[in-house]
Amino acid sequence: MDYNKKPLPPVVGKIGFGLLGVGLLLMILAFVVDTKRAYFDYLWMYMFLVSIGAGSLALVALEYLVGATWSTPFRRISEFLASLIPLLVILVIPLIFGMHDLFHWTHESTLASDPLLQAKEPYLNVQFFLIRTAIILFIWVLFYFLFTRNSMKQDISGDPLLTKQSIKFSAVFAILFIFTITFIAIDWMMTLEYHWFSTMFGVYYFAGTIVAAFAAATFCSVMLNENGYLVSKIKNNNYYSFATLLFGFNVFWAYIGFSQYMLIWYADIPEETFWVMMRMKGSWSYFSIGLIFLHFVIPFLALLPRSSKVKPKLLVVMSVWLLLAHAYDLYWIIMPSYFTEGFVFGWSELGFLMFAFGLIITVFKIRAAKTNLVPVRDPKLEAGLNFHLN
Amino acid sequence: MIKNLINKIKEFDTAEDKERRSSKLYGKAALYNTPNQITEAAAVVAGSGYKKFDVYTPYPLHGMDTAMGMGAPKIGYVSFILGITGTSLALLMMIWMSTIDYPNIIGGKPFFGLPAGIPITFESTVLLCGIATVLGLLVLFSKMPKLNSPLNDTDFMKHVTSDKYGLVIEADDEKYIESDVLKLFADTKAYEVQDIYFRESNLTTKTPLFDKKFTGAIIGTAILTAVVSYFTLNYVLYDVVPFDWMRQQGRIDSQSKSDFFPNKSGMREPVTGTVARGFMPYEYAGMPDSAVKLLANPVPVTKKSLERGQDRYNIYCSPCHGYFGDGDGRMRDQFPKPPSLHTEKAKNWKDGNFFHVMTNGQNVMPSYAEQVSKDDRWAIVNYIRALQRAKDAGETDLEKAK
Repeated sequence: MDYNKKPLPPVVGKIGFGLLGVGLLLMILAFVVDTKRAYFDYLWMYMFLVSIGAGSLALVALEYLVGATWSTPFRRISEFLASLIPLLVILVIPLIFGMHDLFHWTHESTLASDPLLQAKEPYLNVQFFLIRTAIILFIWVLFYFLFTRNSMKQDISGDPLLTKQSIKFSAVFAILFIFTITFIAIDWMMTLEYHWFSTMFGVYYFAGTIVAAFAAATFCSVMLNENGYLVSKIKNNNYYSFATLLFGFNVFWAYIGFSQYMLIWYADIPEETFWVMMRMKGSWSYFSIGLIFLHFVIPFLALLPRSSKVKPKLLVVMSVWLLLAHAYDLYWIIMPSYFTEGFVFGWSELGFLMFAFGLIITVFKIRAAKTNLVPVRDPKLEAGLNFHLN
Repeated sequence: MIKNLINKIKEFDTAEDKERRSSKLYGKAALYNTPNQITEAAAVVAGSGYKKFDVYTPYPLHGMDTAMGMGAPKIGYVSFILGITGTSLALLMMIWMSTIDYPNIIGGKPFFGLPAGIPITFESTVLLCGIATVLGLLVLFSKMPKLNSPLNDTDFMKHVTSDKYGLVIEADDEKYIESDVLKLFADTKAYEVQDIYFRESNLTTKTPLFDKKFTGAIIGTAILTAVVSYFTLNYVLYDVVPFDWMRQQGRIDSQSKSDFFPNKSGMREPVTGTVARGFMPYEYAGMPDSAVKLLANPVPVTKKSLERGQDRYNIYCSPCHGYFGDGDGRMRDQFPKPPSLHTEKAKNWKDGNFFHVMTNGQNVMPSYAEQVSKDDRWAIVNYIRALQRAKDAGETDLEKAK
């Protein structure tokens, strides 16, 4: 094992800061110009950051839980991406102020006149909503620190017992993650239309989250490895594994998304169909068809051949593609509640997207500056470097 | 001393020697102890330019295809093509079934709704893709079943199916030179090297699939299974509750009681004022005079309407009135005989009069409004007129017809 820590090139930091700065300016401008729209954009951006942050933490836990070795040389990358989690606690504050603009169910007048909402009131009230959000964020932050602390400690001590402990943490986190990601999806996105309900919604968001987290990890891993920032340019089947899982979870996303749609289509009852109808109104119908092709059909065909799963350039393109597709998917979930007549993508939305990417890059850069890019003394590292599939 | 002699003879003429004298060399087989050794050996053999060699391991070894220099596997194309075939077949099947063969409106959906078809398409794609992959691997690429391989029943085969990793270089390889092969095996740390011999007469090309015993056993099993399942399901398990053949159903039968509804009737009454589709109330019920006076026959006398009238007449009227309106139908002697339709009175009746009788009923004749539609009743009237005319046909009619 010959790992020499190299700092990331300064261009990464420049891109990150540039996007962050421009994004922040546009965000402030957006809040001044149209506060309500800005809140919806902000929610969209926040859910995207949740996908990357919480999803990456789930990947870290998944590696421990299933005892995967192929991903060990790249685990730090998911750990760095998961560093968004502490920031999520700060970033949620503006959303709490915007709840009145975002959620109709918070209005006293709506509650008084809506018997359906009154029936949901024991669950859907502001106090309990905030408590749930706080608990979810607490769980994520807690496990983020547990996992990274153990991983950092192991870089110095090389104690294999730390891995064992992390495996135990991951077993607990796996269960908690499923619940937290379901509840965050229901609370922050499904209640935008509080009459609508879908028992598959949590799974749908979960599938998208894992795709986005894998896409982010794939992009960073391939870029760093190809440019020689990791251990001696790994040439084994690790890329193949990334691509296979990316492909597999993307198909899973499509499967869940289609199942949700098909059940609504089949049952054809108004309290469910209106959510789909909102996404078929005006230009939204093109947007919805676009989702099928951009998020499923094109990545499916691109990643299907065995040969394309080991091409670094294609993997870089497809992982950025799928990251943007996930943003597209979240836009499709959130924004029809604001742009009811047809979709709009203006400078305001672009600013929030730039801020999200800028923040991810900057956080990654800061974490990468301090820490080894490879868990150098992880007991599974050697097996991961020698990983062979065929 | 005799023992020694016997041993010497045995040594001189072992089964192996006999075999060797009468058979041809298939190839040299080497056994290895570890997966790493065999992978390296395979790479060396492939690198030395041998073409006819194969590796035998108790389980699939990762990296073996690259070590043997096999290149990218082609099986993906077979899977893909058959997968696409599965997709298209499923879609065509459903489109044909639900729009051409047996169109049904279900839940207000179009005859063929794509969302409903996707799960079946998916299953069919996966099924054909899976079968194609397995069969393609075994039959197309591995050329199985290899029933007459010289390796069958050898010591080598026993090892490579349990505890060793084997490599065979065939004797008819272009580069096969015994000393070279032996050296190669020694260099790659082979644990044991064997010669594999075979007799051409032993290599049967007959497939045991058509062997009498084999086919008999398959057919026998099939018949036995069918008979046993038939009797078990239909006689033994027929009354067992988990197999109640859907006899217990949660639905409410018509004409039965139900506690679900307040009036305890299982059947729902139509909303007050409901009118059946296509129903027209008869304005002259119980008013024969007005009917005769006001009703006019809207159905023109055409070949088609007469045929329709004949058809309906033969079904609904002929049992009592007879096929020709003489009042001697098949119900005679069991039922009051109706009057003939050829009386002067009937001949002088207006069309509306017949229609009224059919619609309203008269004496023992009930109303036929439920069974025969309005237009059909008028068509019957036309047919009755034709019957009346036919009864009066005279010789002059023939002249006229000419």
